[in-house]
Amino acid sequence: MRRIRAAAVGAVTLSLVLSAAACGGGSASGGSGDNSRPKSLTYWASNQGANIEVDKKVLQPELDKFEKRTGIKVKLEVVPWSDLLNRILTATTSGQGPDVLNIGNTWSASLQSSGALLPWDEKNFRKIGGKDRFVESALGSTGVEGQDPAAVPLYSMAYALYYNKKMFAEAGIQKPPATWDELVATGKKLTRNGKAGIGVEGSNLSNNIHQVFVLGKQHGADFFTPDGKADFTSDGAVAAVKQYIDLMAQHKIVAKGNAEYAQNQSLSDFAKDRTAMVLWQTAATTFKAQGMDDSEWGVVPAPVRSGKPGRGTAVNSMVAGINLAVFKNTKNIDGAMQFVEFMTGDEEQKILNKAYGSIPPVTSAQADPAFNTPALAPLRETLATSAAALPQVPEESQFETVVGTAVKELFADAAAGRPVTTGSVRAKLEKAQQQMPRK
Amino acid sequence: MSPDATMTTTAIEKPGGPTALRHDPGAVRGPRRRPGRLRTLGLPYLLLLPALVLELLVHLVPMLIGIVMSFKELTQFFIRDWGTAPWAGLDNYAVSVDFHAPVGEALLNSFLTTCLFTLLSVGLCWLIGTAAAVFMQETFRGRGVLRALFLVPYALPVYAAVITWAFMFQRDNGLINHVLHDQLGLTDSPPFWLIGENSFVTLLVVSVWKGWPFAFLIVMAGLQNIPREIYEAAALDGAGVWQQIRRITLPSLRPVNQVLVLVLFLWTFNDFNTPFVLFGRAAPEAADLVSLHIYQSSFQTWNFGTGSAMSVLLLLFLLVVTGVYLTVTSRGRKSADA
Repeated sequence: MRRIRAAAVGAVTLSLVLSAAACGGGSASGGSGDNSRPKSLTYWASNQGANIEVDKKVLQPELDKFEKRTGIKVKLEVVPWSDLLNRILTATTSGQGPDVLNIGNTWSASLQSSGALLPWDEKNFRKIGGKDRFVESALGSTGVEGQDPAAVPLYSMAYALYYNKKMFAEAGIQKPPATWDELVATGKKLTRNGKAGIGVEGSNLSNNIHQVFVLGKQHGADFFTPDGKADFTSDGAVAAVKQYIDLMAQHKIVAKGNAEYAQNQSLSDFAKDRTAMVLWQTAATTFKAQGMDDSEWGVVPAPVRSGKPGRGTAVNSMVAGINLAVFKNTKNIDGAMQFVEFMTGDEEQKILNKAYGSIPPVTSAQADPAFNTPALAPLRETLATSAAALPQVPEESQFETVVGTAVKELFADAAAGRPVTTGSVRAKLEKAQQQMPRK
Repeated sequence: MSPDATMTTTAIEKPGGPTALRHDPGAVRGPRRRPGRLRTLGLPYLLLLPALVLELLVHLVPMLIGIVMSFKELTQFFIRDWGTAPWAGLDNYAVSVDFHAPVGEALLNSFLTTCLFTLLSVGLCWLIGTAAAVFMQETFRGRGVLRALFLVPYALPVYAAVITWAFMFQRDNGLINHVLHDQLGLTDSPPFWLIGENSFVTLLVVSVWKGWPFAFLIVMAGLQNIPREIYEAAALDGAGVWQQIRRITLPSLRPVNQVLVLVLFLWTFNDFNTPFVLFGRAAPEAADLVSLHIYQSSFQTWNFGTGSAMSVLLLLFLLVVTGVYLTVTSRGRKSADA
């Protein structure tokens, strides 16, 4: 019996030791990076190309270049968007993460609040050439205002209205719409014979947020109060969400099937001449991957309520983009800094942004004529003059989930033929707001 | 410390016990008890050691950590260093069970949806599986092929299979609507299957498709243990097929069914993969199963404390159901034996 007990005690002790060791990874997270592994880096890239293989092909030669210059080997992993945020959360919790990583710029404030990312103070910015290398609007989406940014801008994007030239010609439309009224009128002309005026991604929560955020701005509403409290049910916010849903519910210029789209099906509809317009960010590379020639589509700034795009209620895009962050627990802090400097240097900025069809958030690289093509000029113009950053609050990611879901459910209602009224929109937003963390 | 060891051995001696059931029943197999030297040396315990350690590591320790988490305010501000998260007392539980507030109400809805879904899915899986197994008792040409074919859904990787279903259920380009609407003309307009109310039906179809082969397999194995002579004797006494099924097959399958229904219940109730792959990040309300709901409550709102509290509640519920089920069914069996 004694032996049995000894064996049992041994087993339990061993397992406790092992589990303590397993949790131990997290306890190291109190520190803020060191240089114990100076010859290697792990880099999590987001999926920017048509697929993950494309990303590897674009990035690997650049990483080889970096290794040649610095002797630091960069281990690349391209993480799909569906996994990226969860992976970062898991890495944050366990303390076992990459050294350098891409984040969606709208997550900056949320991730900043978790303390997982290295803050970019004056000293750190100096190591990569200074803060003023970056475009102002891109810096506006790197964390809570007044705090040191959680990341630096890597690729910039903006929303614009893409239109299918063939479908416009067939419907006898000369000029792409510049205001929402024109868009609805144009859309009605284009919606016939099973074809639709404009496409949406009704089940894609992030895309829903991007669209209603801009419409909210145009109605003079933010989804958060200045002191960071959720404010989803203001008249402007309700009007914005209703206006977006009404493209399907009232004006019927969106095909009902779009309510369940979440995997860029609206872009393939566009490429197949089934949908005449989409509001999208940097769609050029995707159209090409779908077999569309650059001459078959046009792009103009996204619509406003009236007049020309600008600031305030004339905003017509969010500041979309990817930021580059350093994980605070990195074992190669100096190498990570060198890598960020490399990736945000003029040369790499031009190469990478050209490959991905995005715009460099670095002023000196943006001047390159490659970013002044008809496909990119409207995006660059929008970023410079009429794009606004999504709310930089720690609860941004929850906002995307709950309001994005509300919009998804409203699209489902509209598609099922149920009426979408100001009241029903407000009720959905009310419910979304109650799901936000109490403050 | 010794009670742990004793508990594990008891569970292994009774392969029908809850512990052996919930975790892969094939993974843990104790040596058969034999009087002799080995027993006195405690070798069985030594052999159990790796399993015990892994069991603690893989199941019990995370479970305990989960319980601790449920009492903490583990939001995004503290996930990097859990130690600093303030204790929340019962707050997380209070939020979860406050059915007049949105969080509790949503959890309750999700729970009820899951109950209904589980009831229907387990019932249908069992019915189809048992019916198929009974029919397959007769020898006929092509029986082997059919048997193999029936087991395909069970053998396929869940993700691959459910992604295929998700494609088939797409409104505009899916196979289901192509058949129902385009070819048979049963509906006025192509219905949505992945959003709105129909999503419950979608989930049920995929779940039954995925689950019934397991019932089929287990019942088939059970049937093979019923001696043919009993059927022959019954036939001689003039019992018809239906009577044979009712009087011989079903009572003989009782112990098998007892385990089968419990396992199916636990799997279905806890199913995460099917709704997640079908509906993605935000499941429609009609198909918001509780495991997915908990995932959303923790990973998407970054509030792991509340998510853990919900998990603990779910764990308690399943423990109670399992306990009551085992007590009731084994009491029934004892009285039947008596």
